[in-house]
Amino acid sequence: MPLLHVQSVTKRFGATMALDGVDFQVDAGGVHALIGENGAGKSTLLNILSGLIRQDSGSILLHGSSYAPRNPAEARRAGIAHIHQELAIAPHLSVAENILLGAEPSAFGRLRRGVMHARAEALLREFGREEIDPGARTGALSLADQQVVEICRALAFDARIILMDEPTSSLQRADVERLFGVIRQVRDRGIAVVYISHFLEEVREIAARYTVLRDGRSIGSGALEEAGDERLISMMVGRPIETAAAREPSAPGEVALEVHQLAAPPRLRSATFTVRRGEILGIAGLIGSGRSELIRALYGLIPSTGGIALHGRGLGYLSEDRKGEGLALQLSIADNVTMSRFSSCARGGWIDRHLQARQAAAVMERVRVKAPGPRTIVQRLSGGNQQKVAFGRLLHQDADVLLLDEPARGIDIGSKSDIYREIAELAAQGKAIVIVSSYLPELFAICDRIAVMRRGVLSAARPVREWTPDSIMQTAIGGAA
Amino acid sequence: MSSVIPERGAAQPRGARWINVFAPALGLLGVVVLFAILTGAPERYLSATNLRVVLAQTVIVALGAIGMTMVIISGGIDLSVGSVIALASVVTAVLLRLGWAPFAAVLAGIVAGGIVGVVNGLAITKLKVVPFIATLGMLGIARGFAKYFANQQTVNAPATWINELAVTFPAHAWMLVAPGVWLTVVLAAFMTLVLRNTVFGRRIFAIGSNEAAARACGIDTDRLKIWIYSAAGLFFGLAGVTQMSRLRQGDPTVAVGVELDVIAAVVIGGGSLNGGEGSVPGAMIGALIMSLLRNGCQQMGWPNYVQEIIIGAIIVVAVAADRHRAARAAERTA
Repeated sequence: MPLLHVQSVTKRFGATMALDGVDFQVDAGGVHALIGENGAGKSTLLNILSGLIRQDSGSILLHGSSYAPRNPAEARRAGIAHIHQELAIAPHLSVAENILLGAEPSAFGRLRRGVMHARAEALLREFGREEIDPGARTGALSLADQQVVEICRALAFDARIILMDEPTSSLQRADVERLFGVIRQVRDRGIAVVYISHFLEEVREIAARYTVLRDGRSIGSGALEEAGDERLISMMVGRPIETAAAREPSAPGEVALEVHQLAAPPRLRSATFTVRRGEILGIAGLIGSGRSELIRALYGLIPSTGGIALHGRGLGYLSEDRKGEGLALQLSIADNVTMSRFSSCARGGWIDRHLQARQAAAVMERVRVKAPGPRTIVQRLSGGNQQKVAFGRLLHQDADVLLLDEPARGIDIGSKSDIYREIAELAAQGKAIVIVSSYLPELFAICDRIAVMRRGVLSAARPVREWTPDSIMQTAIGGAA
Repeated sequence: MSSVIPERGAAQPRGARWINVFAPALGLLGVVVLFAILTGAPERYLSATNLRVVLAQTVIVALGAIGMTMVIISGGIDLSVGSVIALASVVTAVLLRLGWAPFAAVLAGIVAGGIVGVVNGLAITKLKVVPFIATLGMLGIARGFAKYFANQQTVNAPATWINELAVTFPAHAWMLVAPGVWLTVVLAAFMTLVLRNTVFGRRIFAIGSNEAAARACGIDTDRLKIWIYSAAGLFFGLAGVTQMSRLRQGDPTVAVGVELDVIAAVVIGGGSLNGGEGSVPGAMIGALIMSLLRNGCQQMGWPNYVQEIIIGAIIVVAVAADRHRAARAAERTA
């Protein structure tokens, strides 16, 4: 008997069928990968399992008996923990308080701080993370450590199933290794882990079984070692997809952006490079190496010293933080797309709504945003479609130099290839493009040259063919500071 | 991305928490020294008599600020304070006139505030009205009820021991300051401990820091909010009783706009309107800073409008300084 058995579950949101008959089984002590494009229904399924929403039809069995949580508290009592993509920690509280949030040890309402710290410390020690101080303010920890805090929280209330939604999307490689270590420990205790990820290589590393969702349906499941990448990808997208192939190098034009010894302490110490029209420059490096600070300094978001010469009209910036600063989530696609250049669809300060909608519709078609129309609120879109809207704003802005920070992170394969194609198209039109990415295959596939950031210092930019993934990692982590 | 998220292990030093109280305390000292010099008569400005005056004047705002600190830490706001003070003062006075025992009348005034708090909490959680609007509505409703109960005029209450609560000179010289001041000090100390050392207190911080996380951890956030607004209401009710005590009558038109002083006290004391931050000692200092400023301006013979300008500016400067300090701290740990 499976530990968790989801049968023919459906869920409708307005006009869209988010789940349209999902079957899904999880066994104790295993890691089960839930894969599929964004918008396939993975998060909806997890939200049902964790009691945030309820299904319209279908049944869920837990330990063989019916399971229908009405709220997260009930799901918790049933032993199901949900670790969201956006971590659910209270930044102002201490690590121990976060781990035992909702289950604080107390006597007559008085917090037993000593007991709380001891329990938190014991959990952290089990994971070999005793260097995390239970009394530290959680907001001051790195994202990776905050994740450990969340996993400890799940274990603190004796979870039997842990649902993890893209846990590695903001971690660097070393932290991913650590997280996998933690997940294996959890698994070896007989706890089931349901793991959502877009990275197939990552899924193969940590999970034994998989279920593929597409358009709200479970398409297939089985043992991962019996399914090749191509088969999984074709199940996910339902159509053959060109794997990222190296781009034809373009003939670069005149210099568009010159940067000389740009510094923004403490993170960014020195960056010197030029980008020509029609060229795509990739910036590799670890998270926290100063890559994002370079982009932010170039765009004037943080103060910097050094020389920046822009030859051309306008800078466009795509933030890595789509929800925080990339999009106005409560506004429509049309408002978001035209926001950087409202002037293009306004007369005397008045926005011509028809013109605005037409312009937005054109951009939507170009980047293949799946949405009912340009007046759809961005919040209602899937992550991949939101990212396309953010990217579409750059198209509409029509700047000559584009700064893209993680343009394809955390989105599904189909959306990724749409965005890659559009980036190549922009370069072909003579835009100069700078891309920051943690995903090396992405840089190799679309860049003309790559420079590597290490501890705030940018290496010389060299053509892609002179790099290998190994040499990039070597440059990113090697040597003394 | 992680520009404001320091590396692992670089957690805030434990002492940093004290800066939250330390900075407002420094501001308090600054105000005292400034006026001691400006008035040219430090012995008068710092005299026991003048300090008694200031403390007695601070009690009402300070009591309100204790309740408001809870609300603001939880990420909420309560705009009904002034009206609740009027309502509680009227309720107490009316019941005294009806011959209730003073103790019972006082209790009724406090409970009246608590009931308003329950209604606020229910409106916020069950009707899903944002706190700003729910309590803005209550600002009108409570004021209206106060006028109704008072028959639209001030209510004279028979003289009882209640009138001694917040006098400038206590009846018993050994008390040094009014009983109401002592009561405020005791309650402030108690609530400081509650916020720091009880499950209820830590959950107030949790809900203000990340409400979704608190809910995901199985905390009944609706019930918690109702408790927070109710408890705060009790403090506003007590502030109303104190108001009655000072005026020696119930006045339905009293304390208009006091909610802004109360909010200012919490914010000057390090409270963040985004929730998750704030402290009762800080709020007490914030309330004192405003009283000392008012008192200092009066001693200087400055007109009322000067006080208003200065206090308005202080609120903005205090918060700006606080944000600047927070940003610097984040930079240091980065």
